[in-house]
Parts: sequence; structure tokens; C-alpha cells
Amino acid sequence: MYTIIVCGSLVPDPLQTLEPIAGPNGPALKNEMMLPSSLDPWAGHALYEAANLAAKHPGSKVWLVSLGPKAKLQQVMMTVAQKVPFELIALDGPAGGFTDAAETAAALAEAIGAIPGLDLANVLLFGGWESASRGAGATMQLVGERLGITEQFQGVDSLTIGTDGSLRILERVEGGKHQVSVCSAPPAVLGWATGNLPEPRNNPQVGMANMRGIMPALQKAKAAPVGTGDITFASVSLPKQTRATQVIKDQPPEQIAAELVAWIRG
Amino acid sequence: MSTLFLAHTEADGTLAKAALEALAATIQLATALGTPFSVGLIGDNTGPAADSIAGCGAARFLAVTGTDFAQARYATDAAAAEALCRAAAATLVSVPATSRWNRVLPGVAHRLGGRADTHVTGLDAANGIPSISRWFYRQRMEAVLTRSTRPWLLALEGGIAPAWQGAAGSAAVEAVALTPPATRSHVVGFEAPAADQQTIRPDAEVLFVTGAGWTKKQADGQVKVAAAETLILDFLRLSRASLGSTKSLVDLGGEGQDILPFLSHLNQVGQTGSTPRHAKGLATCCHGEEPHTVGWRFIGERRAISLDANCGWARGKADVLYIADAFAVMAKVNALLV
Repeated sequence: MYTIIVCGSLVPDPLQTLEPIAGPNGPALKNEMMLPSSLDPWAGHALYEAANLAAKHPGSKVWLVSLGPKAKLQQVMMTVAQKVPFELIALDGPAGGFTDAAETAAALAEAIGAIPGLDLANVLLFGGWESASRGAGATMQLVGERLGITEQFQGVDSLTIGTDGSLRILERVEGGKHQVSVCSAPPAVLGWATGNLPEPRNNPQVGMANMRGIMPALQKAKAAPVGTGDITFASVSLPKQTRATQVIKDQPPEQIAAELVAWIRG
Repeated sequence: MSTLFLAHTEADGTLAKAALEALAATIQLATALGTPFSVGLIGDNTGPAADSIAGCGAARFLAVTGTDFAQARYATDAAAAEALCRAAAATLVSVPATSRWNRVLPGVAHRLGGRADTHVTGLDAANGIPSISRWFYRQRMEAVLTRSTRPWLLALEGGIAPAWQGAAGSAAVEAVALTPPATRSHVVGFEAPAADQQTIRPDAEVLFVTGAGWTKKQADGQVKVAAAETLILDFLRLSRASLGSTKSLVDLGGEGQDILPFLSHLNQVGQTGSTPRHAKGLATCCHGEEPHTVGWRFIGERRAISLDANCGWARGKADVLYIADAFAVMAKVNALLV
């Protein structure tokens, strides 16, 4: 029986055009509050893996701890809630990529520590190994350190529970390999990469059950005014380099192949 | 300002290319700051690695050595790195952005009361103040920033500088004593495809990116996944290229569609995949807009084959776009490579 706590926030829909602007509290995205959002992809994988694990171990419970603007969290949860069962802990604050991971981690750890009756000995702390916003791959380690969890794994693609309760974990390492580790028992931090599960289909019944807890959680979301911390941004810019693409049409495959082979060997 | 470069040894006791690149970048930064730097090593046997970079100009060589520190494991790596940073009284710490360092660096910064930044792609210094470049929103915008908190720990991406080359020698290594921390984890091995089936080759000259078009109906109305598989695998075998894939092609497997069986999420490049570094990239049957093409960000020369002259993968992003049938072209390419 596990308490699986998933940290995950929202990010702009990946198909949106993003443009940085200077805001009063540091860099921000142009029309940030207007951009459609979705659950951070790797955090989503962590959530689906958490639900899958909980389903296999009766009595387990999944919490989703999410820091973001309350209105946007509500919007994203309308979709996420239909995927898998969880209980939400909402924190009302900025979810942009320019906020400092240390401040975000402090807010998340405080919220997790306040879960009533939390027994850390049974906790599996899940999250994405990176976000699609800040992309630092730092928040989960910091939350783990703050909670005193020093069994940590990043880039996780697989978790298997042994008959003795041990955790067999596959982490991505260099060269398309996985490092295989065994952790004898929780607590542990697992920063998930893609995992192995497809995105669950929407289930309206799960959605209705989740929403009964989500709306109150959003209403009592604590303010978490995280910022850029000690960072001073000198500049934030879009890549300017656009290549002058040479478009070649009506060239026979043989000629293209010869050019490509010469280029590859060149 | 006291700078410390940290590295772990490889299984054979050497330092990886990524470590030598990060060392070179650290030397450049220390020179720009006008401050000395030290080297800290972690591993089962750190002596040969220290000797291999004895001529790098480090003021001190420190090491946490022992079998307990051979494994890439959070508890022991974090403790070793913390001990080295404290021994060096470092205010600026750099590491190569390997999976091993990325796992522990933020936690080490927390223990030291400092801050960490990862995926650093550039280092600079002005008026004695260091600054870094890193990307946000999955390589879609680049920022230059600095921090006031010290120590400041930095994970430097591969390719940030040419790998350090210099004379080996005999380094005077100061052993940093450390009792291994209690841990409930141990590494039991690695899983990887058989060597002849491994399609991810970080050191390859060429990245070959496959898009979903390989599994779509072709001009004759037929799906030719088996032919695609043969063409792609033959090309990888003949060219020794590394294989990348678009998200859509990898996702087909999860959706139960006919797929290329050798592709996994590890091959995925782009917004939700990796951004590998190769000298050349060849994209085939790809489509999409900016978010999908961030996998190209750190590729040097880029070419693409597509039936769509307005392909978002190529326009403005590739140097050369061939409007052609990738099946026909790659068959000819393979014939020439034999």
C-alpha cells in the first residue's frame, strides 16, 4: 500500500507560438494567461504510472500536487480529472518556466508535508524528470531533499515492485541504455521520463468522482507566490538563426542519393 | 571566487568526452574570471583519471575514492559531491551534464545552501561576474542569466567547448575522507538492445530522423512498414548513424497502429524528447512546426527529404530540402553506401 504523490503543473500547449516579454517580476510569455495549457507531458506520464501502480496495490492513494494559476489549473483539471483517480492539492501561483526551481520546490514540499496523516515511510514521490517549461530537471530532487528522501531516481521509464516489496527501477542513461537499480523499500523519488503507458482514455465516471474533490481543492488553494529567486536575467530571446533553405525539386532519386552520400561521407 | 570542476570516472577509470568538454569550458571561465580552479573526482579508482588531466592547470586535485562511490547512485554521489565542494570551499561548481550528475546536482546545491542550474549551453564572465546561457520551454527560447547565491552549481551540456587536450602527468591528489552514507539502493546492471540492434549512437556523425510518413500510405495506396523497416535499418547499419524519431511516429505504438518495431521513446527527439548533438542531421518523412523541430536545435548541417515543399521541419530549419520520395531516395543511398 503506497501513498503516491505526483508533482505536476501545467505548460502552454506545445503547438502555441511562444514569445518572451519582460514582465514586472522578470521574464514572462506574451499573453501567458491567454495561452491554452495542458498538463506537463512528463508529469502526465508520472500521473498515469502512479494510477497504474495504485490500481495494482489496493489501499494505495494518488495525490496530485500542482502549482499554477488557479483559473488555469481548473481549466486543465477538467481534462486531467477524466484520466485517472487522484486527489488534488492545488497551489495558486505562477507556473511559468522562468520561476526558480528552488522556490517552486519549497512550496511543493510544504504542501506535501501538510498532507494529514502522511507517513513518509510509504511515500513514492513522482513527477516528471523535467518540465516542458523550465526544463531544469531540478524540482523533484529539491522536493525530495526537503522531505528527507535520499533514494532518488531520474529519467525513470519503468518501476516494478518485487515480491519482497523492493523497487526495481529503470533510469535513462547515456547511449540509449537504462540503468537498473533496486531500492529495498520506499520512500523514494522517481522523476519519470516517458514510462510505458499510453495516455488513458477519458472516463467520465472517473472525472465526476475526481471533480468532487478538485473543486474544493481549488477553492482552498493556498497562495504560492514563487518568483525568479536570486536570478537576474540579462536577456531572453527566441533563436534568430533561420536557415536559407535550398529547396530542390524534380531531381531523380539517384542524383539526390549521390549528393547525400557525398555529404554524409564528406 | 573559488571554482571547482567535478567529474566522475567511467567504468574503465577514464574521463568521458563530456567531462573533458566541461573541463575545457571551466578552464575558460576561470581564466575569464581571473581565478584559480580545482578538480574534484569521484569513482572507484580516481588516480588514473587525475593523472590524465594533470596538465590542466588545476590548483588542487581532490577525490572521493572507493568502491562505494563507483555506482551512479543518488545517495553516495550526492554525499561525495557535497564533501568535495566543502573541501574546496567552492563558490562556483561545474560538472558535465551526464545523467549521473543531472540526477544529483540540484540536491547537492540544496545541501550546500546554494543553487543549481542545468543544461547550461554557454558560459561567460564580465567584471568578475559569471553568467550562463540556457534554454527554456524545451529549446524554444534562450536566456542569459546570473545568480547571486553561492555556491552556484552548473551542469554543462556536451559540446559547450572542444574537449580538453593536454599533457598527462602525475597529479597530487588530496583524498577527501567520507564515510559512505546509508542507502537502500544499489545498481544491478544495465539494459540495452544488443550492440547490433542499438540505434542510439551519441557519438555518431549523423542523426537520421524518421517521421510518421514512413508508416503512411504511399503513392500506390499501400502502407509499406516492412519496406520502411528494411530501408531504415540498412541505412543505420551502413552509415553508423544514430536514429531519432518524431513523437508522432513513436506514439503510433501506444495507439496500436502498425509501427516500426525498433523505435522507442528513447529515440524521440523534439519538444518531449531529446535534443541530441550531431554534426549532421538528415530528416525523412517528417512534418510539423516549430515545437516538433527543436530536436534539430543542436544539429550542425541539416538536410531533409519530404514530399511537402512547405514542410515545417525543413523550411528555414534545414540547409537543403529535397522534394522527393524518401523510400526511393534511401534505397539508392543504401545501394551507394554498400
